[in-house]
Amino acid sequence: MSLMAKIHSKALALGIPLQAHLDITYRCNERCEHCYLEHDDKGEMTFEEISGLFAQLADAGVFFLTLSGGEVLLRRDFFDIVARARALLFNVKLKTNAVLIRAPEAQRLRALGVEQVNVSVYSHRPEIHDAITKLPGSLRRTLDGIRALRAAGLKVAVANVMMRSNFPDQRAVAALARELGASYLTDPTVSPMMDGDRGVLSLRIPGQALPELFQDPDLVGDPAEFCAPPPPVSDGDLNCLPCSAGHTACYISPYGDVYPCVQFPLPSGNIRRQKFLDIWKNSPQLAEVRSIRTRDLPVCSGCSHVASCTRCPGQAWMEGSMRGPSSADCEKSFYRTGIPSANMLARGWRPETNDAFWSDERQGVGLVQIAPLPQAAA
Amino acid sequence: MNPLYIARSPAVAARRLGDEMVIMSAVDSTLYTLSDVGAVLWQAADGRTPLAEIVRRHVCREFAVDQETALRDAEEFVRALAERGILLVSGEPINSSAAAEPAARAATAGPREETP
Repeated sequence: MSLMAKIHSKALALGIPLQAHLDITYRCNERCEHCYLEHDDKGEMTFEEISGLFAQLADAGVFFLTLSGGEVLLRRDFFDIVARARALLFNVKLKTNAVLIRAPEAQRLRALGVEQVNVSVYSHRPEIHDAITKLPGSLRRTLDGIRALRAAGLKVAVANVMMRSNFPDQRAVAALARELGASYLTDPTVSPMMDGDRGVLSLRIPGQALPELFQDPDLVGDPAEFCAPPPPVSDGDLNCLPCSAGHTACYISPYGDVYPCVQFPLPSGNIRRQKFLDIWKNSPQLAEVRSIRTRDLPVCSGCSHVASCTRCPGQAWMEGSMRGPSSADCEKSFYRTGIPSANMLARGWRPETNDAFWSDERQGVGLVQIAPLPQAAA
Repeated sequence: MNPLYIARSPAVAARRLGDEMVIMSAVDSTLYTLSDVGAVLWQAADGRTPLAEIVRRHVCREFAVDQETALRDAEEFVRALAERGILLVSGEPINSSAAAEPAARAATAGPREETP
């Protein structure tokens, strides 16, 4: 077991929230067509509130802290927030579009000891990238920002959400990342809006395009292994936790709402009304999330894919039940292996359809993490 | 012998996890856990207190070891951490602006390392 795995295992045993993801604002200078957020400011936490929250998170044992948005640099106190987080010795990762980052900002982040900056890039072509962000000139500005971050010595990951409009460019974006000295992360996740609106799901990659992606060794490693039929299900598989959300990880909104994960917007408390540790330890919602083992999933526990599926409990919850299937992940398991899931069979899938049968009512793509490319040297 | 001063590098993250201290370098994302003695040294690395004094005050008292042996081992240990960018080591007191804020308490064997 790797040291990282041991640390996660220990945090799980001790009930420690090792990772926290905090969106410090939902405001943004881009209007990405797939974004699940509403960008108006409904009353963001002040610096003092965030500073107090950081102290509570440090006391609770949070080590990995992701600061995201919205666009983080739209907060005038952004650098004060990062400085406060670093003074409390969090490992800080940022998510940004880098549009507002130039040499001075990059050097400041480097001096503050930020570990990594993830930057969203959707295409190597301005006409595609800028059409997604709805900000003219955004690709050029984003790439300038990445170059400034790299020149300052920061580790950068190019994060590419693959959608219908940009997935044909994914190899070129991966090549661009290599050219920039950045690592590359790609993910076909398009989530419903946080208010439940599912209109953005029409932007998803067509299911029939998934097999081609699943055969790309740069994305999945060994395609034969990645696409192999699922192994027999063991008792150990059924006793597993569905994922780390609510167990060693949590998400906090700019308004202080605590959720198990950014992909799992189950309201579990608000730090303006309760101490973080009180929410973490005593929230009935988090207790319910923690009570679930794979064997408790009525459909998925009987599925041949259960040990290898990327089922996202948050997406399942948004489909109606945190114990239910995350049907987009059923679709991925099907297109990966050619074997239908228990959910598909229960819903009447037939071989002659040659598709995940519910394609006309497709749900959100779950939290699949196709293997990233090897980390570029910093 | 000239005194040696140690300070925590500003480019690391650290957190107590149960009975051990987890440290990650922001420079190369390497992860470490520190031994109980190592954690004591990390904890006391304020840039102002000579290492010999730290050893006398904390290590000899808490771990029942003689000063000469403890100091020799401590010097070897802090130089190993300095090579990894975890600690700053100097023959002069180290300016607080170059060092990190005090960290939480620590423990276990090490340093061990791994690139995640």
